[in-house]
Amino acid sequence: MSTFEMKRREFLRFSLAASGGLLIGFYLPGKSKMALAQDQSKAFTPNAFVRVASDGSVTLVMPQVEMGQGTYTAMPMLLAEELEVALDQIQLAHAPADKAYANRFFGEQMTGASSSVRAFFEPLRRAGATARTMLVNSAAARWKVDPGSCQARNGAVTHTPTGRTLSYGDLAAKAAALPAPDKVTLKGPKDFTLIGTPAKRLDTPSKVNGTAQFGIDVRLPRMVIATVAASPVVGGKVVGVDDEKAKAVPGVRQIVRLDDVVAVVADHMWAAKQGLAALDIRWDDGPNGRVNTGDVVRSLANASQTSGVTARKDGDPAAALAGAAKKIEATYEAPFLAHATMEPPNCTVHVRKDGCDVWTGTQVMTRAHATAVEVTGLPPESVVVHNHLIGGGFGRRLEEDFITQAVRIAKHVDAPVKVVWTREEDIQHDVYRPYYYDRFTAGLDARGMPVAWTHRIVGPAIIARYLPAAFKDGKDVDAIDGAVQLLYDIPAIHVEHVRHEEPVLATGFWRGVGVTHNTFVIESFIDELAAASKRDPVAFRRTLLGKSPRAIAVLDLAAKEAGWSRALPRGRGRGVALLYSDWGTYLAQVAEVEVTGAGEIRVRRIVCAVDCGTVVNPAIVKAQIESGVVYGISAALWGEITIKNGRVKQSNFHNYRVLRMNEMPSIEVHLIRNRETPGGIGEPGTSVTAPALANAIYAATGKRIRKLPIRIKEAV
Amino acid sequence: MISLIVNKKKYEVDVSPDTPLLWVIRENLGLTGTKYGCGMAQCGACTVHINGEAVRSCVAPVSRAAGQEVTTIEGLSPDLSHPLQRAWIAEDVPQCGYCQSGQIMAAAVLLREKPRPTDEDIDRAMAGNLCRCGTYPRIRKAIHRAARTMAKGGPK
Repeated sequence: MSTFEMKRREFLRFSLAASGGLLIGFYLPGKSKMALAQDQSKAFTPNAFVRVASDGSVTLVMPQVEMGQGTYTAMPMLLAEELEVALDQIQLAHAPADKAYANRFFGEQMTGASSSVRAFFEPLRRAGATARTMLVNSAAARWKVDPGSCQARNGAVTHTPTGRTLSYGDLAAKAAALPAPDKVTLKGPKDFTLIGTPAKRLDTPSKVNGTAQFGIDVRLPRMVIATVAASPVVGGKVVGVDDEKAKAVPGVRQIVRLDDVVAVVADHMWAAKQGLAALDIRWDDGPNGRVNTGDVVRSLANASQTSGVTARKDGDPAAALAGAAKKIEATYEAPFLAHATMEPPNCTVHVRKDGCDVWTGTQVMTRAHATAVEVTGLPPESVVVHNHLIGGGFGRRLEEDFITQAVRIAKHVDAPVKVVWTREEDIQHDVYRPYYYDRFTAGLDARGMPVAWTHRIVGPAIIARYLPAAFKDGKDVDAIDGAVQLLYDIPAIHVEHVRHEEPVLATGFWRGVGVTHNTFVIESFIDELAAASKRDPVAFRRTLLGKSPRAIAVLDLAAKEAGWSRALPRGRGRGVALLYSDWGTYLAQVAEVEVTGAGEIRVRRIVCAVDCGTVVNPAIVKAQIESGVVYGISAALWGEITIKNGRVKQSNFHNYRVLRMNEMPSIEVHLIRNRETPGGIGEPGTSVTAPALANAIYAATGKRIRKLPIRIKEAV
Repeated sequence: MISLIVNKKKYEVDVSPDTPLLWVIRENLGLTGTKYGCGMAQCGACTVHINGEAVRSCVAPVSRAAGQEVTTIEGLSPDLSHPLQRAWIAEDVPQCGYCQSGQIMAAAVLLREKPRPTDEDIDRAMAGNLCRCGTYPRIRKAIHRAARTMAKGGPK
């Protein structure tokens, strides 16, 4: 064992033992948190992920965080499959901030980009197999028999010839002294007994009786509550604060004034909210104080006249366009979007002279830790981040802005302080999905088939800010994701990105990231080409997918299940959209909409066909597709953040509308099962929804939707 | 001092009478299963019962609950035995789970009033409860399932 390994194990043991709060939700009956924490000192810890205690309990230290996507069930399934324990034998602990838990796609601890299963499909199975092998070796040594004559099953090792059995708990202490095996063999897909089954989610019981602990549920001795008003304009500063009335509110303890935010600290949230409302804050808006949405759109449109960084070039698009029988041009727009997670941003912090604790729900543990270290100036080892279940991520909690802010405030508070944003603060201070502007030109030959495709994407380079090391040669892998992988057989293709930053709003990742925007514009524009070519949208796509049998398969399945060729009554239409990106998942959706004479849209039915390769849990895959579709419908029909004088106009769910139960269409999800590499599943459903709806509206009304959210009256 | 009966337990709380019931439940009583989502009765995450009626606790002043029977998600059953809880588990309803306490409390009132609700009944009763994870189809199935259990004389 290397020195690093030793230190890491010590650190983990300390972290787990020192804070029972790290251990979450799903204990075996009769097992206390403290008992579990104490067990760790005698536990078998073959790697960063697995703990087998002397009582036989198995703990998976979760590298990824649960925000609804089912990772707290899918990850344990991977481990249990190889460790040979029942799924309900596994207890979960949130991982501390430590590079042992890095997501290989990002080199840091990150839950995002639909990557958890893809990133940990092998590491967690390997962790389970390693632990199992050592437990078997330990039993074989005890019995002085060949390990090959022993079998692990259901948390115990049996010597097959004699039937002798020892439980993992009995073996844990001795196994801990054994060297880790050089090599372990992983099961082949045909031997899976758990992977591929619709196992019930482990987190459900705690989510139906009120015991699930989200960041906002943290309660600590002496804790106070704060709520905040940050500058309503990005880059603005506090000029003056009249806090006399706020201080007079019973329960208000303290006003913390920083350069860009004011916090009211109180005994409880109601006092803090009333105190905030009673504050008179004067702001200097700074350079963004006069910017309106129209200014943003104009500057994006201007930028779209210039060329950008080439992301893909096939053939000679200019020559192909010049020789085309017909040329088709279009521009598309997609608005700023808020995440509006049900749990508003919140973070609890206790800053002391000798240390700092942070309690929150974050998709980026290492960033949360790093920002607390930076703001407090404390040594990294004295700063501890306690992660929690997340009440909706969708990319919002890939940002640590609210953590940084809470630590800055907590430095002025002599107690643990829970900083809770109001919904209004959330909608108006999000890190928004950017406004995008896309320009297309395509050429059709005399038969109506495409011979040239040029796609110019105009928008920011989020990667340049967020993962600068991945921003190479001016190429933003996010901005072009879903566009460079264009599956259609077109001989001349040019995809470029014009980087254009709009400082008026902070922008970042939103469910489906670059793919959501690109799939909307690409699948809408290919539909325009099908219409220009007077071909059926499914048939047209199909003829261009000769090199992509998996894409054809999902397209055919969705069309068949949706009854694509069946006639619909007047006012109704079906639209199709196809998705492929670096998530490794193929998805085709057919949407059916009804448009009333007054231009109201009713989404009636959504049919999805999905090939995400090897499926870990089909029930969770289906739930994620449903979830993504609903998120996508909300955005397509209503999602829009607009700006006046640098200020976000929307503030709460009454004017940032999202889909409700009574507006819900039926959703059918059909899976194609195979043994391909697992693909991501959290985001594809969102990405494919807006174009399927827009194309369905075209089918129903003849109006082409080139701007989101969908407004039929504005369409042509 | 305001006297409250929450989940059949008596409490005395020293808060101003206009304090929304939500914050008293969460912060004074420590029952954190009831959630803050919007603060203006738009999302339903804070739904609790007062005398069996669904109430948005984020806008209901604590004075309205004084001396009344308040039930929160923690009081629905001691052991996950309520037909709605069992149906929620059977249908794999929750994703992030943040809105689900409110969803279940709203559904409980619906089932008392309409033991065999139609889809339209569910639309009407549940339209005030938002879910950003899009669990609506499963909520609908789970309500129908719980209704069947209760019709067969399962635990209330």
